[in-house]
Amino acid sequence: MPKLYWEDFAPGAVAVYGPRLVTREEIVAFAAEFDPQPMHLDEAAGRASLLGGLGASGWHSCCLLMRMIADGFVLDSSSMGSPGIDEVRWHKPLRPGTQIRIRSTVLESRPSQSRPQMGLTKFRYEVLDDAGNCLTTMITTAMLGRRESGAAR
Amino acid sequence: MKFFEDITVGDVYEYGRYTFTADNIKAFALRFDPQPFHIDEAAGARSHFGALCASGWHTAMAWMRLMVDYRRRMDDAMRARGEPVAGIGPALGFRELKWPRPVYAGDIVSYRSEVVDLRVSNSRPKSGLMSFRSTGVNQNGEPVLSLISTTFVDRRGSA
Repeated sequence: MPKLYWEDFAPGAVAVYGPRLVTREEIVAFAAEFDPQPMHLDEAAGRASLLGGLGASGWHSCCLLMRMIADGFVLDSSSMGSPGIDEVRWHKPLRPGTQIRIRSTVLESRPSQSRPQMGLTKFRYEVLDDAGNCLTTMITTAMLGRRESGAAR
Repeated sequence: MKFFEDITVGDVYEYGRYTFTADNIKAFALRFDPQPFHIDEAAGARSHFGALCASGWHTAMAWMRLMVDYRRRMDDAMRARGEPVAGIGPALGFRELKWPRPVYAGDIVSYRSEVVDLRVSNSRPKSGLMSFRSTGVNQNGEPVLSLISTTFVDRRGSA
């Protein structure tokens, strides 16, 4: 049974997940598989680009964020997936050797009109580096089962 | 990539198709999004999705890879014709990403983009900013992915 339901995510609640070390090897491997642009594969190409050095695919940041929140709370929750993402901004490159953390803030919460067993929770996630700089922000809505419904998954 | 000045709002790029299988759905999800309905058939069947379905991030990464491969082929063809090739990226981010329906094992998704906005970058006057809407449609013509990305593209004379 899930430990966390829609009712447990109150607007304003903040949580931090991680840290997780992001290595050069995984940055290059992710890019080679999903986003093989030279600036994500090679230091010289990264320096020649607007990234100013080898930097992870922005999508790698998103996938790492997903995995870290999955381990952080999603897998303990009544998650029913997500209808989409309002916005992702890649503010600064994610460099090899960075320890990242995810800061999660609940922005809004409302019951679903169409499905009484579900609630919708809007989160802001920030990918932070060792020094607390924000590299990536994501605003997205989660579909979560409601506690009293007993239904989830 | 064509230079910023040679791109027009309404330009369309067709990237091709990606086939989702139970194996590649589970393999992706085990790495990045191990929610039960993405990694286990029985859990998918119990969920409101009704069956094992792909992580939305997998749906998006299939698009990204096809787009990068398409751009590389386009650049190679331009170089073969002796034309200068504009640099593209990095992207600033994306907005309005929607997963309107699940992607199931056996689905074949076709991806394309359409340019929706072009403007000169204030912060980097040698670059333009191109916004484009990308979509994925399954074999039944139903949309499964939509997003609007914004990325830098070189202007003529910037190289």
